[in-house]
Amino acid sequence: MSWITGLAFVFFAPFVGGLIAGFDRKITARLQGRIGPPILQPFYDVGKLLQKDNLVVRRSQHLYTEFFFVLTIFTGALFFAGGDLLLVIFSLAMAGVFFALGGYKASSPYSFIGAQREVLQMVSYEPAVLLAAVGMYMVTGSFKVSVIAAYPKPLVMLLPGIFFAFFFILPVKFRKSPFDLSTSHHAHQEIVKGITTEISGKTLALVEIAHWYEYVFVLGMGYLFFASNIWLGLVMTFVIFELLLVVDNSTARVRWQAMMASSWIVALVAGGLNILYLMLRH
Amino acid sequence: MGMLSKSPWVIHYDGSSCNGCDIEVLAALMPRFDVERFGVVNTGNPKHADILLLTGSINEQNKPVVLNIYEQMPNPKVVLAVGICATSGGIFRECYNVLGGADKVLPVDVYVPGCAVRPEAIIDAVVKGVGILEQKRAAMLAAQKA
Amino acid sequence: MALPLLAFLILFPLFIAFLVLFVRKEAFFAVIIYPAAVILIVATCFLLGLSAGGSPTLIAVHAGWVEPLMLVVEVLAAIYLLFLAIKQRDWTVSALVIIQTVVLLGFHFSRAGEVHTRAELFIDVFSVMMGLVVGIVGTLIAVFAVGYMRDMHHHQHEIPDGRRVFFSIIFLFLSAMFGVCFSNNLSWMFFFWEITTVCSFLMIRYKGDATSVKNAFWALRWNLLGGLAFLIGIIYLCLTHHTIELDKMLALPKAWVMLPVALFCFAGLTKSAQLPFSSWLVGAMVAPTPVSALLHSSTMVKAGVYIVLRLATSLEGTFVGLIVAFVGLITFLICSFICISQNDAKKVLAYSTIANLGLIILCAGIGSPQAVWAGMLLIVFHAVSKGLLFLCVGSIEHKLHSRQIEDMSGLIIRLPKLSVMLQIGIAGMFLAPFGMLISKWAVLRAIVDFNPFFALFLIYGSTATLFFWVKWLGKVITVEKDYKNEETGISLDQWIPMGILTALTVLICGLFSPFANILIEPYIVALYGREVTLGAGNMLIMSIMLTFIALFPLTFLPTRGVKMAKPYLGGANVGDGRQFRDSLGGVKPMHMKNFYMEEYFSETRLMRLGVIVTTVFLAAMLAAGGM
Repeated sequence: MSWITGLAFVFFAPFVGGLIAGFDRKITARLQGRIGPPILQPFYDVGKLLQKDNLVVRRSQHLYTEFFFVLTIFTGALFFAGGDLLLVIFSLAMAGVFFALGGYKASSPYSFIGAQREVLQMVSYEPAVLLAAVGMYMVTGSFKVSVIAAYPKPLVMLLPGIFFAFFFILPVKFRKSPFDLSTSHHAHQEIVKGITTEISGKTLALVEIAHWYEYVFVLGMGYLFFASNIWLGLVMTFVIFELLLVVDNSTARVRWQAMMASSWIVALVAGGLNILYLMLRH
Repeated sequence: MGMLSKSPWVIHYDGSSCNGCDIEVLAALMPRFDVERFGVVNTGNPKHADILLLTGSINEQNKPVVLNIYEQMPNPKVVLAVGICATSGGIFRECYNVLGGADKVLPVDVYVPGCAVRPEAIIDAVVKGVGILEQKRAAMLAAQKA
Repeated sequence: MALPLLAFLILFPLFIAFLVLFVRKEAFFAVIIYPAAVILIVATCFLLGLSAGGSPTLIAVHAGWVEPLMLVVEVLAAIYLLFLAIKQRDWTVSALVIIQTVVLLGFHFSRAGEVHTRAELFIDVFSVMMGLVVGIVGTLIAVFAVGYMRDMHHHQHEIPDGRRVFFSIIFLFLSAMFGVCFSNNLSWMFFFWEITTVCSFLMIRYKGDATSVKNAFWALRWNLLGGLAFLIGIIYLCLTHHTIELDKMLALPKAWVMLPVALFCFAGLTKSAQLPFSSWLVGAMVAPTPVSALLHSSTMVKAGVYIVLRLATSLEGTFVGLIVAFVGLITFLICSFICISQNDAKKVLAYSTIANLGLIILCAGIGSPQAVWAGMLLIVFHAVSKGLLFLCVGSIEHKLHSRQIEDMSGLIIRLPKLSVMLQIGIAGMFLAPFGMLISKWAVLRAIVDFNPFFALFLIYGSTATLFFWVKWLGKVITVEKDYKNEETGISLDQWIPMGILTALTVLICGLFSPFANILIEPYIVALYGREVTLGAGNMLIMSIMLTFIALFPLTFLPTRGVKMAKPYLGGANVGDGRQFRDSLGGVKPMHMKNFYMEEYFSETRLMRLGVIVTTVFLAAMLAAGGM
């Protein structure tokens, strides 16, 4: 991996991510006994949003969101270029912080609550993601994504606990039940629209595209656990995604206390036991 | 057709009514009619919406709320008056506090009579509304150029 | 060349401390302190020109009168403290003072003559780095204090005006800090160490009310206990290995010096307010804000971590090192959690200071090259950012008459310039790619190699820091009402130090590479014989990130293509859109309050837990050192 894959991510991830999002809506509809929108629906949505007025409550509020967009692309590009996994995670956190700050800046009670919940979500997934990096380092001896991806055995064999903790927090990043507290997709609602309540038009389109980038990036991180064989990796990434949809459609949204407690405990127990196993192995 | 007509997001507001039409609106979202087939999404937020779907009549108390929601929708936007109460006031027309249909306070683009209105009619109204949305967009662009 | 400069750095502040005692008119404080500050900063910059290397350059001071003089000063200070303690009926402090003085006198008059010391002072890049922190950040805070104290005494008449003594102590403290940084003779270091304790005590009780005095004695108690441990360590070292020199001690095999090292670490832990001693630093926040910035965040508490970090080579791979690392880690975790539930800005800063000091202690305990590298970075970045934050909070408190974070909403409108500085300071504390985050990154890499289980604690702690900083940052930019700009009456001598510190926060991050190469790398190479770097590619990525951040203010240029709208309030907006009509027809303003999660991150419960755990471990450490 090199800067070429990073560049490829920048240009092609929105298409892949958009298709994933469309696929997601189609499958979800089928699970609910509906026909569902066309696969390309997310692209239509974004196309429409680009044609609408951009309403803001406070000047410069949308700039935070635009920064979130740029930083999300940067995060993913860094990941796919094979950069340092810890740097990727920090950059992801920075993007998340800007998104949350956009919600604060909007100075509306609904987006304020959404922003706080966004921060809570970040706090919930951060330990599991960092643990994944630590676990991968313990096995492969490097934080570099390129080195981790080149490891000859599937990492999940050595990191089952950490993989579970990682899978557990995936709904947070995909904004799906049971952890879609700050904002959620399509027909769901969360205290109006949570953090995106005051975002409209072009800025909302950017948020959508940023989420597509995030889809690809997060699935890419899932791929790392199976990266020894490219076909195994792709198949398992698909399976992860399918499982996620099942979870989304079979669970209800939980309260933030439950989200934080469960994700922290799962990361601590599953991740901790996994690390113990790795330490004893040496 | 442009992108606007492929992804009409709706905000649904119920004025003063018997709730019959609201149930039909929900029915339109359910598996049998599944309006999401056409990209229609029921958002709860005026800032994301393209179409204001009003049911029920307008009275003194909900007038500022309806106006407020309409103001907070980004352009281009259309208003659908769904059900007889929203089009004219219906059986509530003569009540002391009722002003009448939605057109007393807002520029209504599509009227959908019926008591209660049928989901097919609602879908039809949204399709009509989408056409008007495209026209308004074209007018907006023309105004910008001028 | 080195000796005159060091002598100047130690004696010049002393001279200024003496001079300000005779100031009769308010305006003369500025007349003396500004030039003194400039001279001191310039002199500190000369330290860089000494081309000090990684290994210490020893400097002998041929002046026999210094040590007796120190002894006299120490005894006089002890008598003064004893007098105050008895007046306050604080018997613990009285006992500690008496014990310490007796032990000190006994030591000096029995064995002192037998120990031959080659060099009293020394200089290497690490002490140069500390010197720069003290000289630049410390001096800037002293300048800020001139304006701040003027404001304070104009507004709060109930506080007796003791500014002459105040500034005198500030400069006395700076002198002592330089002494701590450059002392090779441990009994000299002990002398300066105790002077900083006394300064801290006098500053905390500055306001003179009952709480201040009580907290001052509380702080004194723990610092004296640490001082006593330091003294016993010196005596033990002298009796068993016939040396009281730092460089000689570090050259001895680890196993020989375990007990003194453990005792010095104990002293360091008390000074840097690690658990279980943390409560003194939280109590010390009653002092005027420049004091909190100078003593209790940027410099004095750094003396504690400085000595522990110096001992890193002796701690590496030992049981004592493991315990020290663990205590630091627990402190980091618990204090970061406590920050979440705090609304008082100064308390958040205090706890986060303790937490970050814990991180440095952790690095020292690990003792690997990478960890020491990270620890040294943390010292600098933390001093600059935290100094800035304290000054900002001080100024904000004067304007808003409150330091509750909940009262800071709309700060970006009310105090725009201050709020930007505050935001940069906060970003400097936790956001990539600012310094603190670079260091945390390095710590994480070091800790995984050391013990991955420790990483688990670190991960949760750093997640908590993310939470409380974003919360605060969000509050500052949230606008609840139609605020007016109230940013008037902040004098230039407050703006300039804050401005310079803001610039430094960004600059050190941008110039991070050369900075690390000059001031940190040589020390690591001399100590371990190998280099530590983050890799050129990663540095490039960091600079790209910094460029992003630097571009952010540009986006505030007038923007096109957006339309203003009212916030969504369920369609019930009235008035200017920030009020709504409730179900009874009344008009209510909207309010936005943050999460504090008191029931999960309660200060008292977490503190109790931390104190119990760390006390057990510290007892184990001292026992292990003795064996």
